[in-house]
Parts: sequence; structure tokens; C-alpha cells
Amino acid sequence: MVGIYSYGVYIPRYRIKVPEIARVWGANADDITRGLGVFEKSVPDLDEDTATIAVEAVRAALRRRTVDPRAIGAVYVGSESHPYAVKPTACTVGEAIGATPNMTAADYEFACKAGTAGIQTCMGMVKSKMIPFGIAIGADVAQGAPGDALEYTAAAGGAAFVIGEGETIADINHTCSYTTDTPDFWRREGQNYPRHGGRFTGDPGYFKHVQGAARLMLDAVGTSPKDYDYAVFHQPNAKFPQRVAKMLGFTTEQIEPGLVVPRLGNTYSGASMIGLAATLDVAKPGDRIFVTSFGSGAGSDAFDITVTDAIESEGFNRSAAPSVAKLLANPTYLDYALYAKHKGKIVMQK
Amino acid sequence: MRDVAVIGVGCTEFGEHWGTSFRDLFVKAGALALEDAGVTGENLDALYVGNMSAGRFVEQEHIGALIADYAGLATNHVPSTRVEAACASGGLAFRQAVIAVASGMEDIVVAAGVEKMTDVGTGASVDMLASAADREWEGFAGATFPGLYAMIATDYMHRYPLTREQLAQVAVKNHENGARNPIAQFQNRITIDTVLNSSLVADPLRLFDCSPITDGAAAVVVVPLERAREFTDSPVRVLASAQASDTIALHDRRDISTLDASVAAGKRAFSQAGLTHKDIDMVEVHDCFTIAEICAIEDLGFCKKGEAGRLTEEGVTALGGKIPVNTSGGLKACGHPVGATGIKQIYEIVNQLRGDAGARQVDAEIGMAHNVGGTGATVVVHILGV
Amino acid sequence: MSVSRFWRKIPQRYNLIGTQCTTCGRYFFPPRSLCPDCRRSGKIVDHKFNGEGTVVTYTVVRSASDQFENTTPYVLAVIALDEGPRLTSQIACLPEEAKIGMRVHSVFRRIAADGESGVIHYGTKFVPTE
Repeated sequence: MVGIYSYGVYIPRYRIKVPEIARVWGANADDITRGLGVFEKSVPDLDEDTATIAVEAVRAALRRRTVDPRAIGAVYVGSESHPYAVKPTACTVGEAIGATPNMTAADYEFACKAGTAGIQTCMGMVKSKMIPFGIAIGADVAQGAPGDALEYTAAAGGAAFVIGEGETIADINHTCSYTTDTPDFWRREGQNYPRHGGRFTGDPGYFKHVQGAARLMLDAVGTSPKDYDYAVFHQPNAKFPQRVAKMLGFTTEQIEPGLVVPRLGNTYSGASMIGLAATLDVAKPGDRIFVTSFGSGAGSDAFDITVTDAIESEGFNRSAAPSVAKLLANPTYLDYALYAKHKGKIVMQK
Repeated sequence: MRDVAVIGVGCTEFGEHWGTSFRDLFVKAGALALEDAGVTGENLDALYVGNMSAGRFVEQEHIGALIADYAGLATNHVPSTRVEAACASGGLAFRQAVIAVASGMEDIVVAAGVEKMTDVGTGASVDMLASAADREWEGFAGATFPGLYAMIATDYMHRYPLTREQLAQVAVKNHENGARNPIAQFQNRITIDTVLNSSLVADPLRLFDCSPITDGAAAVVVVPLERAREFTDSPVRVLASAQASDTIALHDRRDISTLDASVAAGKRAFSQAGLTHKDIDMVEVHDCFTIAEICAIEDLGFCKKGEAGRLTEEGVTALGGKIPVNTSGGLKACGHPVGATGIKQIYEIVNQLRGDAGARQVDAEIGMAHNVGGTGATVVVHILGV
Repeated sequence: MSVSRFWRKIPQRYNLIGTQCTTCGRYFFPPRSLCPDCRRSGKIVDHKFNGEGTVVTYTVVRSASDQFENTTPYVLAVIALDEGPRLTSQIACLPEEAKIGMRVHSVFRRIAADGESGVIHYGTKFVPTE
């Protein structure tokens, strides 16, 4: 069965608190925190970007489980903040893990679900025996315009999944997607910051597509929410995944380990994937996980996953890389000025 | 092999010379040296000029030819060679001139050094100076020149009993000497507090631990000793000329706090001259940073490793001390036009040995010059005497 | 740094691939194609270093060249890799966290870029090991 052979996450050490951002724009911190369910978000160091985050995430995955670099046949990096508009992040990642030159690579963009799209591609290539292993990464240094609601949650981080067949730590039983042309959130070429349709991003955007893919999945596999131990949904804030879980019939307990946004923020292409990683950090053999990502534009990818015995086997060392909880602990806080400098929001002399 | 003597020296004022070009600087220094030597351009057999980076500072290479031309010597087709060893370019140019004369190949030779640093911004200067180190593996990582010497200081102060105040005293002493030197870039006296209150450049080094960016040129004339009295009543003999190399990167050194090339060049020089450090009356060392002077004093054998700070504090290396170090004001106060420094050191020693050092005169018959390239990848040592 | 000069050492910069002289056993990082001890009689092969090391000495750079000026203050160190060779690298930590003798390990970071439109230079830095 095709599935997850290993996984890894990288989250930078810096954070900014929501009240600090609210202070700058004269907003009420309590209202924001209450409304979003987010307390702080991750901020990249001055020398970090989507490529460095992607590399660290893959290297974490490879520390947990050895993969012969020559057996890695594909690398896909999904992001909204690729360092180059033309020159793939995936090539840099491939080089940094010694997988070049016998591999295929490409960068993906599909807002917050570019990484899960990469997982689906790798599944197809592995299942059809084109390649032994493929690596899908979702990583972002997410941008939100200064003073915009997105600024409170746009965060930095990434997760990498090594997809293989047989001896997986988690089988991907089924995947399906729900995709339409919906302009809920976008960024035109050359623009620094994305724009969005405000409340339009809710029902016509997130909720329609997440439910669309989720219901497709439950129908296809013939399951209901109670058949799952855990559920992970895309998390632009804490409220949306909590609400869609309820709408679908999942409980608060099921989504709890995978709900990382309160202390991480929204890592865009990394979001659902880091949520899945956080769930795998605590999962046991036999656990069943329901995942549905969401990317604006718009679409959702759903996955039905069963954790195998291999997750506790000698071949896989979960503690060889830090868990999401460990990465979220003991951050270093920045004020808005340093945050703006780190995010390149200050207009410099060119 | 013939003995070699210096018969004339000249040096421009060191400082920020906005109105003076690269060419002007050299011509000035050259004219002063020839005047002092009583030699005219027609007499010259060869030119050796030390320059680190005219290519980066003034976008000019082919310095040997340029200098010969603007010194008015192109019509005589005088052989002219540019010598480069980063900050040791001047000392190495002097050594090349000494070798040319000692070998019998040339008779009357000018050794000069020139650097015009202020036509580019400070950021560009910092980057240019970093090319004296390992560009691929130090510079690429973000190493700056002060950063490399600061790492030497951190290592040194971790292992030896050097206090921050003793280190600052090096700069205080050199400013005291510079205040008595008409050509020095800085002629202000400073205190230990001046140093300790100045801004950090690379911990623990502060602004006043660092030599400045300077424009300047210096030139000397060397001839075979047997001909010296044709030109001057007070020739200064070159008793030794030594050179040594070491790894270009600081991280490849045997010992971070010891410049093995200084040790090697120093030993070679003493051996050539048949002298020991006890015979040296004054020494010009390469204090690109205060810590560099501390290491130099020890590496050349004037005291044991770890003692130079105490010596400085006790005034042993001051103008009135037992072994005056950097009577010129050193690189710190006199200034450091990179390619010119090594020649300025010869200029200072010759003046001292002749009794022409004015307010900074010390009693000296034998002087030593120590010129370093990069963080110690090249060291050139000369001993001169009357 | 020119495009080809940066590219030529990508495996070395990204993955700490240095060299070893199999004749005398000595390791080199940064890589050398000629062993200083054996010189022409030394056989040189590639060697991938683990990335674990110890801080030998360090400084905090507060005034840098134009390319690094907006990233100051940063920690610059000489690090001794466990296999023996020493290299110069930044440590991605707060200045007060740097210590002589500190254990560090390698991470992948953005070192510099050739302006806003030029090539990005990725490479290796180090972080403190807990």
C-alpha cells in the first residue's frame, strides 16, 4: 500500500504575539485573539526562507528514517512564497539531500494546499511504480499585508512527507479532491501581498471545498467521522477547522492534536501538513486519521490514513527529529519592528 | 650577495586626502625619497611598488607601469614591478628591492608603497579588505577583517591573562606616539576610556581597537652598501630581510592566537643578522588591531605568550620604555594605507636610527619592522642598523 | 560572487562535502585537492561530514560589508568539526548565547544574495545543540 514512509517538520524559533501586532494598528487584541483563536505566529530568521525551511523539514524526515538518496525519484515543493518566481525550490531541496541528478522535480502553487497536491502526485508516481520514493513538501514564509487581518496569522514553517510503498508508517488508503474556480483569496504576479474577499472566503471558499472533499471521501470509503481517531483540517485560524469539524460530525478531541494554529499561526502550504505531522507525533499503530486541506482558488484534498505498526518499529525513529510540540515550545519573541525587518516589510534602499 | 643600505626615505601625510589622487600620492612620496637620497630619476635602475588593491579601490591594475610613467621614468623604460601581499605589500616590495640589490642585479632601486582607499564607501572598503582573507570560505560566510582578528582576541583572552584595559592601552600608547608624528593620520591623545567607550565593531574589538582607512604613500631608496657613501653620510644598513607564509584562512592555523609566520619570519631575520631580540632597540609591528600588536610582540620573541599585555600596561613598549613599539604611532594612529604601511615602517626606523625622529626620538641603533598580510598568511620582517 | 563560482561548490556548501587524503588519513573541510602533507603522493577522495562540531572561538560582527550589513549583529565563529577540520561560519543564535566550547550542528540557511534580482547563495550555518 502506498503511504507515508517518513515525515519531518521545521518551524523557525521566532514568534510575534497577536497583541503586539494589534498594538501597532490600534486594534483590540482581545477581540482579535478571541475571534481567530490564535495567540502568536512564527516568524522566520533573517536568513530563512521557503527553501531553507523546506530543506530542514526534509532533513528532519530523513533523520527519522534512512532513505537511499538515489531512490528518491521526485521532489515537489508547494508554496506561495517560493524564493524565485522562476527556478524551482525543489531543485535546491533535491541538491541539499543528495537526491540529484536522477530525479524529477517541480514547484507547485495552489495557495495553502500546494503541499498536499504534491503528496497526491507522489502517490501516483509511486503506485504506478515510476519511482520508489517521492517527497512532497509544503512550506511557506506566509505574507499578510500590513494592517490586514491576514497579518495576525500569516506564519512561517513547513512539513515534508516521504511517500513510498510497503513498510510505510501510515498507509494512505484513499485520496480525493474537490476543485473549482473560486476567487476567494489571490495574489497577482509582482504584488507583495495577497488580497482576499473578506467574508466571501468562508462559506463559498473554505467551507464549501473542505466539506466537498470530505463528503466525497466519506462516501468513497464508506466511513463516518466516528470511524476515525483523529482529524486534521486546514487551519487559517482556529475557528474554521473547529466549525467545519462540527459541521461534518468530528469532535473537538479528534481535531485537538492536529490543531497547531493557536501557537503557530497559518503556515499556508505547510498548514494541514504540519497538523498531520503533529497528529503522527502522537499516533499509535492502528489509528485512523482523516485529513482535508484547503487552498484558495480553490480546492481541497482529502486523505484517509491508517497508521501502521512500522511507526513504532526500529526502522523508524520518531524522536530523531523534534516533534511539532517541541518546535512550538520555548520560542524567542520579537516586537513589530524586528518582525517587519525579518519579513522584509521595510522599504530598503535598492 | 652584497650588503644593502637605505640612503633616502620619503612619506606623504597619512589621512583622508579627498583632493589627492592615487597617482599624486605616489609621485609625492617618490619625490620626497629621491630628494632625501640625493638621487635623480635618471639614476634609478628599478622600481618595486607595494599596493594591495588599486583594482578594487580605483579600478586600476598594471600599477608597476602606471607608477613608472607618472614618476617620469617611462621614457627611460625603468623596470617597474607591483608587489602584492595584502597588508604586507609594502614590506614585500622592500624585500624585493633588497633582493634585487643584494643579488647584484640592480644598483639603485626604489621601494615604495601606495594605497588610495577613500574613493569607495566604507562598506566596499570592508569587503575589499576581506579579500586579504579567504574569500571562498571566510568572506562568503560573512567574515570581516575585524571579525577575524576579533576571533583571535576572543581566543587569546580565553587562554591568556590579557585584560580589556591592557588591550586598550596599546591604542593609547600608539596615539601618544602619533601625536608626536607630523605625518600621522591621528594626532590626538586618547585614554583607555576613549577606547572602552567607542562602539563595538566585532566583539571584543571596538572602533578604537581598529586601524583606520587611510590614503598615503611612502618610498625609500636602496643601494649596495659599498656605494652608500656616494649619496649620504648616514646610510642605514639592511641587516636582515625575511619572509614567511602560512594558511590563508584563520581556521586552518595551528594556533589561533599565534601567527606562526611571524614566528618563522622573526627567527629567520634574527638568524640572518646574527642577533636576538635583546639587540633590537625599537620595533614597528603590524597593529592592524590592538590584539595584533599583542601577538606580534610575543610572536617575534620579545616576551613569552601571554605577557605582552602586562608589558604594555607597565610601559615597557612605550616611547620611554625598554623596547619602544610603534614609535610612528603604528597602524592605529599613523594610519594604514595598506600598501604603504610596510614602507612607512622602514621610513620610521631610518628616521629613528639617523636621529631625525623629532619629538618621538628614541635611542636606537638597531630597529625591526614587522609587516603582516591578512590574518597572518604573509609576514615580512626586516632588521636595520647603523 | 559570480554565478559559476558559487555553483561550483554547491555540494560543498549545502552538504558539507569536503575531502580526505586516503594516503595519510587527514580530513579537509573546506575541501582541498592537494594534501599539504603528502602533496602529489596523496590520494584525495570526497568525504561528507556529519555537521557536528564545537566552537573554538567566535565574535559578534556589528559592522559588516554591504552584503551583510542588514543582518548585524551576527555571531561568526571558527568551528571544529568532530572529524577534525575547522571552518568559519555564522552561528544562528543570539549573541549572548554564543560560548567557546559550545556544541553546534549544521543547518541549511540563506547566506547572501546577489542583490534583489541576482542568484541567492544558500549554504551551511550552525546552531547550538541542546
